[in-house]
Amino acid sequence: MSIPSQDNAIQSGRLMRVAIYVLLIFFVIYYLLPLWVMVSNSLKTLDEIRGGDMLAPPKDITFEPWRQAWSQTQIGVEATGLKPYFLNSIIMVVPAVTLSTFLGALNGYVLTKWAFRGSNLVFGLMLLACFIPFQIVLIPMARILGMLGLAGTLGGLILVHTVYGLGFTTLFFRNYYAAFPTELVRAAQIDGASFFQVFWRILVPSSGPIFVVTIIWQFTNVWNDFLFGASFSGYESTPITVALNNLVNSSTGVKEYNVHFAGAILAALPTLIVYIVSGRYFVRGLMAGAVKG
Amino acid sequence: MASLTIDNLVKSFGSVDVLKGINLEIEDGGFLVLVGPSGCGKSTLLNCIAGLEKITSGEIRIGDRNVEGLHPSKRDIAMVFQSYALYPNMTVRGNISFGMEIRGIDKVERDKAIQEVADMLQIGNLLDRKPSQLSGGQRQRVAMGRALVRHPQVFLFDEPLSNLDAKLRVDMRTEIKRLHNRMATTIVYVTHDQIEALTLATKIAVLEAGYLQQFGTPDEIYNDPANMFVADFMGSPSMNLINGTLEQVDGSLQVRIEGHGGSSIALPVPETDEMRAHVGGPIVFGIRPEAMTDPDGADRTSPHIETRDCFIEVSQPAGSDTFALTPLGGKECIARFRADARIELGAFSPISFNMAKAVYFDPATTKRIR
Repeated sequence: MSIPSQDNAIQSGRLMRVAIYVLLIFFVIYYLLPLWVMVSNSLKTLDEIRGGDMLAPPKDITFEPWRQAWSQTQIGVEATGLKPYFLNSIIMVVPAVTLSTFLGALNGYVLTKWAFRGSNLVFGLMLLACFIPFQIVLIPMARILGMLGLAGTLGGLILVHTVYGLGFTTLFFRNYYAAFPTELVRAAQIDGASFFQVFWRILVPSSGPIFVVTIIWQFTNVWNDFLFGASFSGYESTPITVALNNLVNSSTGVKEYNVHFAGAILAALPTLIVYIVSGRYFVRGLMAGAVKG
Repeated sequence: MASLTIDNLVKSFGSVDVLKGINLEIEDGGFLVLVGPSGCGKSTLLNCIAGLEKITSGEIRIGDRNVEGLHPSKRDIAMVFQSYALYPNMTVRGNISFGMEIRGIDKVERDKAIQEVADMLQIGNLLDRKPSQLSGGQRQRVAMGRALVRHPQVFLFDEPLSNLDAKLRVDMRTEIKRLHNRMATTIVYVTHDQIEALTLATKIAVLEAGYLQQFGTPDEIYNDPANMFVADFMGSPSMNLINGTLEQVDGSLQVRIEGHGGSSIALPVPETDEMRAHVGGPIVFGIRPEAMTDPDGADRTSPHIETRDCFIEVSQPAGSDTFALTPLGGKECIARFRADARIELGAFSPISFNMAKAVYFDPATTKRIR
């Protein structure tokens, strides 16, 4: 019988650690590879892409594809680049996210602190919005947008995204406010605060984490949406995801892969930035409801 | 400042009656304590007074004003919550001034009022802190400050001390009492702690299962309980409720109580008409531990002391007193002896019963027999 010495224990620990790191580094490279391919190829000339290795770094770096993608390349009929569509997306995303987040917060407040007869049923029905496949609602939605005179406008897209965001934003805020002490609301009522004063002065200032979660969630969903954008946008209101598709799928002329790569990165950049800047709040916010304190 | 009247108040949640016809009245400047076990409806009653719960029927009047349908903020009340309910996003100053801000009181006046309250409660150095940076006792003070700054007609306290540790609880209890003496504002105070009730109140309402069991001064509640529930609930250790039989011997009434191993004792009973109706039947003889003493410790001012030999099973020294346990009427009864009284365990010792303090109940209805 041999007694395992402490030296052995430490050594096997070290070996294990090396193995884990090797594995982790492998996966990091594996996951970063697409980004590398996109960035490096967006900086190459078209000739270099045609002639060579996808994975190789660019020989002489050129920013021409980026300029092309942003402001010069032909999308649809006009050679405008992605810029106007990028702006379209921003004009669509900001109000859609703001509206759906605040309405979700208000819903959560009412469903938890002003519960009425059947409020749980209402909540259950709102949850359905999280699970309904979007394809089902395309035609009724098109009809409604037409009736409202919003077909093919950014206003129409904002409405669609606000309505479809409400299911999730309500879910987030309802669960967050369910854990919010009701006595605080009562104290504020005795202090004379009105329905909206309680909301703005007491609940909203204490809802930082869940606002971050909801905003990230809504921003990425609305920004990345393709189906609604393709279905309900018009010539003047095309969001960037649809424009990118038009760029990449255009069948005339030469396929400018470097411009496509640059355009794809441009289209993904805002969500990427949102994740990098506030990703840690996202994780923290998701935990906030689960663990008290 | 105002009196508070509650007239035949009923509160139901769906088909469940939580409060079943409550009648109470507390005079201007009084200190009313609502006491009872968990789920007796005392917090619901407080919420009804505050206007946080709608009443089903009956009437609540603050001063001469019927507050039915009035919003909580319009009832001229202030409430201190069990969890303190301090707004976590505001400083102590913000917490205290929030209500005044809502009511549109200008900044100069607000600052003056905050300073006044801060001085009174000695929280001046905490004004710029957030509630999360305060200790339990400090939070309690801030919560009281937020209520005080309103100068309301009635203060409502919902178990305000139950989240504090034992020592702090005693300190804050004294502070609340002092505050009441100084401000002379009407207070309604909910607690399940009968010591808090007895020490603070000018009037106590004992509630159980939605019924008002008894309403009276602390002295009435303690010495003259209306039924067995009140007798048992108030006081610590609680009153001995001893099963016995009412006998008539030579024309005079006495209660016979079984003791240890087939022995029994008999104690004389006041001869009233109500009592005579129970002759031959079971009655409950109620006596507080401090009215059952060693003969040397008996109350010399009492007009009527009876001494009987009882079997002592266990003794529990408690510092200032020693509790002696003796089997009477099939139960362990607690007698309160002097700390240095000599107690022989497992033997019969004389115990003095202060009969002036004894009360009698009908075991069938649990009501007093007077």
